Amino acid sequence: SGHNLQELRRSASLATKVFVQRDYSDGTICQFQTKFPPELDSRIERQLFEETVKTLNNFYAEAEKIGGSSYLEGCLACATAYFIFLCMETHYEKVLKKISRYIQEQNEKIFAPRGLLLTDPVERGMRVIEISIYEDRCSSGSASSGSSSSSGSSSGGGGGAGGR
Amino acid sequence: MTPGGGGPMKDCEYSQISTHSSSPMESPHKKKKIAARRKWEVFPGRNKFFCNGRIMMARQTGVFYLTLVLILVTSGLFFAFDCPYLAVKITPAIPVVGGILFFFVMGTLLRTSFSDPGVLPRATPDEAADLERQIDIANGTSSGGYRPPPRTREVIINGQTVKLKYCFTCKIFRPPRASHCSLCDNCVERFDHHCPWVGNCVGKRNYRFFYMFILSLSFLTVFIFAFVITHVILRSQQTGFLNALKDSPASVLEAVVCFFSVWSIVGLSGFHTYLISSNQTTNEDIKGSWSNKRGKENYNPYSYGNIITNCCAALCGPVSPSLIDRRGFIQPDTPQPAAPTNGITMYGATQSQSNMAAATPLLQSEPSLTSEELPLPGKTTLGAPCATLSLGQPTPPSSMPNLTSETVLTDMIPLKEEHDGHQFLTPEEAPSPPGMLSTGSPITHSHTLHVLSLASQDSLHEDSVRGLVKLSSV
Repeated sequence: SGHNLQELRRSASLATKVFVQRDYSDGTICQFQTKFPPELDSRIERQLFEETVKTLNNFYAEAEKIGGSSYLEGCLACATAYFIFLCMETHYEKVLKKISRYIQEQNEKIFAPRGLLLTDPVERGMRVIEISIYEDRCSSGSASSGSSSSSGSSSGGGGGAGGR
Repeated sequence: MTPGGGGPMKDCEYSQISTHSSSPMESPHKKKKIAARRKWEVFPGRNKFFCNGRIMMARQTGVFYLTLVLILVTSGLFFAFDCPYLAVKITPAIPVVGGILFFFVMGTLLRTSFSDPGVLPRATPDEAADLERQIDIANGTSSGGYRPPPRTREVIINGQTVKLKYCFTCKIFRPPRASHCSLCDNCVERFDHHCPWVGNCVGKRNYRFFYMFILSLSFLTVFIFAFVITHVILRSQQTGFLNALKDSPASVLEAVVCFFSVWSIVGLSGFHTYLISSNQTTNEDIKGSWSNKRGKENYNPYSYGNIITNCCAALCGPVSPSLIDRRGFIQPDTPQPAAPTNGITMYGATQSQSNMAAATPLLQSEPSLTSEELPLPGKTTLGAPCATLSLGQPTPPSSMPNLTSETVLTDMIPLKEEHDGHQFLTPEEAPSPPGMLSTGSPITHSHTLHVLSLASQDSLHEDSVRGLVKLSSV
């Protein structure tokens, strides 16, 4: 299913990018606005998009949660003069790995078939969720994305950009 | 593993013969050379990197070496000259405890100095263009030749209105509590202050290391001071005071260093304990952002309400990873225009061949971030590989802009007035230290004025004045 993404890049051209900004109303914790960008109106269902952003927000809340396990980690690290960071992966890093897997999954299953691509916020300084919107170069935007792909991979399962 | 190590030599050869021929042998090598560069090599801020990107410090590191020397020499003298006597006379636990404290001090100091304080990467051209568009729409103006009015966004956090400012250098709206350090030319999250003594900014990611450093250094200084005095007293009981001093001259030096350090370091620890318990940064405290003097309804929206939670959050909260991927490789791509306002015209022009599912087509020239190799952020190899830690350029104190205050004050106060050094971050507001530091405050005020008058005389001080003004305007 990774072929879909590669086909997307080869056969489609980038039309525009939408940036979902951070929501600071709860302070400095990492949360993104769930407001639906108007540019995505014709590309994806509002509910799917909101679910994705809410799941991401939950992941980040989990990463930054201050509680029993984070205290334990903090105290242990302090007791070793933070040398333990040389060999241990922090809780935050573990959650970031989960997030990156989730985004990859979402891209493959939901976004790429609709001609969209999500960028992991960690690659943008945790400032924005960058959503790239592709126009299919070879058609008016309503055909399947693999129609003229020369990669030869089977594109029977690939949905079109305007598959709704 | 990486071809980057053999790079310089190859570079010389190929760049010379590139005009003659375009043999296919060269271009892949050239591309490989360009592809092998790591992101820290093109980092836009004014930072120095060591150990192939693992270590990150500010540009001026002379004072950091001074800190190192002071700690190492004083502790070394203590272990060499005082501990043998004390271990025998009193208890061998003394060198053991001293050793543990010393280990702790060095560990936290190096971690504070070498880690990323929480630098925010600059906006990619697309982001910057999108922001500019939004701002233009909000202001109702088209992008003209003049500099537009300052851009701000307002956010309500826990009932308090907070203004987010736009950073013209980084082309982002700064998150709450972030600030732009003019010495390092970076926006730093939860910016506390730029500390010349550790040679780095103190921000979200290394504040706890900094606090543990000054706390443990306070204990170490008091410990050494107390036992040096004990040593001299015990010796004097046997051989008289003057003979005791003659027998262990090192003790005198240690006592002097410790005596002057104790006041400033213990004072600084107290100050930061107060900051932590009220969940404020030095920046906010100096500007009085959340003080009652600004208005009855002014309160700190980030405070958790009680001291214990604030302390736990600051010291035992999660450590966020570094957002600048220092050691990642720059993805080979077509060259991009430098000005971010061209972002719109770049759409459709490039399609990268990157295989990562979550990556965007790379349209930016500044360091783009691939998901970090884990567990990279916490890993700073402090051991043998750091032979490249260049000790070759210690700048003398007088030529460093951020030592303006120190060079002015060397005749007025002892060298290690660390606390006062930190307070010189703004000329406009007199710092309001808590009660225990009241002895230091009158000196602080006159020092501030002194800094301003002497700063104008030397062009090298321009940087620090700019820094002062910028910090105060943030």
